[in-house]
Amino acid sequence: MKLLFFHLMPYSDLPDDFREKHPSVWVDIDSGLFDPRKAHAMYNDFLDELEFAAESGFDGICVNEHHSNGYGLMPSPNLMASSLARRTRDAAICVMGNSLALYNPPTRVAEEMAMLDCISGGRLIAGFPVGTPMDTCYAYGQNPSTLRARYYEAHDLIMRAWKEPEPFTFNGRYNKQRYVNVWPRPIQQPHPPVWIPGGGSVETWQWCARMDYVYTYLSYFGYKQGEATVKGFWEEMDRLGKDRNPFRAGFLQFVGVADTHDEAMALYREPAEYFYGRCLHLDGRFLMPPGYTTEATIRARVQSQLAQAANQTAAVSAGPARSFEGIVDQGYVIVGSPDEVAERLREVATNLNVGQLMLLLQFGNMGKELCFHNTELFTKKVMPQLTDLFEDEWENHWWPAPMPRDERVAPREVVR
Amino acid sequence: MSAGAEPAERQVEVNGLPCRVWEKGPQDAAPIGYLAGLVGLPRWTPFLDLLAQERRVVAPSLPGFPGATGHEQLDTLLDWVHATLELLEAAGLRGADLMGVSVGGTLAAEVAATAPDAVRKLVLLAPFGLFDEQEPVTDIWAQRPGAAAALFCSDVEKIQALLAVPEGEDPVEWQILQARASEAAARILWPTTDTGLAKRLHRIRCDTLLVWGSADAIVPASTAKRIAAGLSGKATVRSIAGAGHLADLDAPEAVSEAVRAFLG
Repeated sequence: MKLLFFHLMPYSDLPDDFREKHPSVWVDIDSGLFDPRKAHAMYNDFLDELEFAAESGFDGICVNEHHSNGYGLMPSPNLMASSLARRTRDAAICVMGNSLALYNPPTRVAEEMAMLDCISGGRLIAGFPVGTPMDTCYAYGQNPSTLRARYYEAHDLIMRAWKEPEPFTFNGRYNKQRYVNVWPRPIQQPHPPVWIPGGGSVETWQWCARMDYVYTYLSYFGYKQGEATVKGFWEEMDRLGKDRNPFRAGFLQFVGVADTHDEAMALYREPAEYFYGRCLHLDGRFLMPPGYTTEATIRARVQSQLAQAANQTAAVSAGPARSFEGIVDQGYVIVGSPDEVAERLREVATNLNVGQLMLLLQFGNMGKELCFHNTELFTKKVMPQLTDLFEDEWENHWWPAPMPRDERVAPREVVR
Repeated sequence: MSAGAEPAERQVEVNGLPCRVWEKGPQDAAPIGYLAGLVGLPRWTPFLDLLAQERRVVAPSLPGFPGATGHEQLDTLLDWVHATLELLEAAGLRGADLMGVSVGGTLAAEVAATAPDAVRKLVLLAPFGLFDEQEPVTDIWAQRPGAAAALFCSDVEKIQALLAVPEGEDPVEWQILQARASEAAARILWPTTDTGLAKRLHRIRCDTLLVWGSADAIVPASTAKRIAAGLSGKATVRSIAGAGHLADLDAPEAVSEAVRAFLG
């Protein structure tokens, strides 16, 4: 199986009373809380962490896109990816991804991703999310009623831009471009592997199946809550007559490894509570713009709510856990000794049938030293217990095909 | 809710899709068109009953609002203006008096600016369309769950009564209807800044009544004067004391009196 190191780049200096004094980590977060000089250190630490993960043996490293967000300092993941493309040799560079409707024209995505593929020697994974309501509709002012149609059209434009050998005219509903001619072109032909992060809607599963893309479920709430969604995905693949190749699916999981279980419980408490307490302090104002959710999905959700209300035994949701005990009990973060973590992850990957496992080993306000420790233990002691999974049975058709290693150039050493 | 008979219902087509038209009032009376506000017309209202005592009230549903679909076809404001014109023509309202409320007022104003002969006299009740950074329009789509309804009317029971699930209706489909209306309104107005109406106000040449609830919590009541100042035709401003954004729900008598006095 493939193991990827995922980074959110959370601002690590939100105040202790953040929940009490501030309405939200996202959209209207107080800009007075941002100290650019501290961010200088954070960005460089985060890039060090991603580079270290690549050097340590992770198959891929992932960046992502958020706007006006205190737990995601990457409005432009492509900037981060370009730095990583230069400073890493073999790891896949997974841009997870560009929210396509936010780029005008979307040709920009085709261009920048082609640049990344060239710089990295063909190591790019192209992630295409719709983007959250907070990022797209509120922070970026996109109309929620046209967002999905714009997303699909932008996708069509980008794929055509990569595939067509001649300049062409794109006369779309939302995008009109007389001369589309992406220069540079991607190394990976006809295009880099495409991965789609989704939130569990049936339409997205069907679209991934039709397009033969990887579907990734990027939840912050771990394998227990994610199980129903990922199983729903596989049931839909069965219904559509697709094989159960585990490399069709990606899943995100927080992990904290230490020499012993008790030590892990001590080490990862603070960063986990920081993440689930401060970073996920969201405001209900920005969650449900009209038209963002399709009518079919609303119908399904309302019906399941009515069914739950009718079911006396259904547990009343008290909101996500914020104490470390709750966070661990509910599986948001898997913590423990290397053997414990390996056993649990093997079980999760097998049970969910997921071949592209994305791991968050830095979370909340975790410092670089602890992140390195977590990464080192993971790559030395956990990873060897996992990598064989699925490899004999299935072929990963959705992994980058870079240029041969001896044909790829290495950047010159930095003169200090 | 309604005094006496329910409105007559028929269907007309806009862009090939059916739109509901409700009609009530003396058949020999001059018609007045009514374009509803943010939630559309999920049911007939007491205000329309009052108006229908003297006028033949014709209330066509805009695409996406209760009684009509087709909002997904409309991308630009020009698309919406043409759809509204088509709807008014199909409902027999071209050249008639026209009243538009809230987002319906936005489109009524645009129609009057685009096709001045399409509207005889115009009534605008708290239309969206202008934006003042000092006194911004409230972002109704950035409210905590359940908080938006209280912004629509001064008397929250009035909006709750309009939106309540009627007996025998499927509550799931009723909720979908409301989500769709909200989406249609957002499709026109998002991100609730100006729509460019200020550039076109001078094209409105007909007599215009601007009605505003003095307690409008969504579109500031001060907007009325700014719109009035931009119109080429004669403008009258009427404030409805204590009423909220959907003032015709809050104060049906006062608003219908104002409209009757204006239309003559």
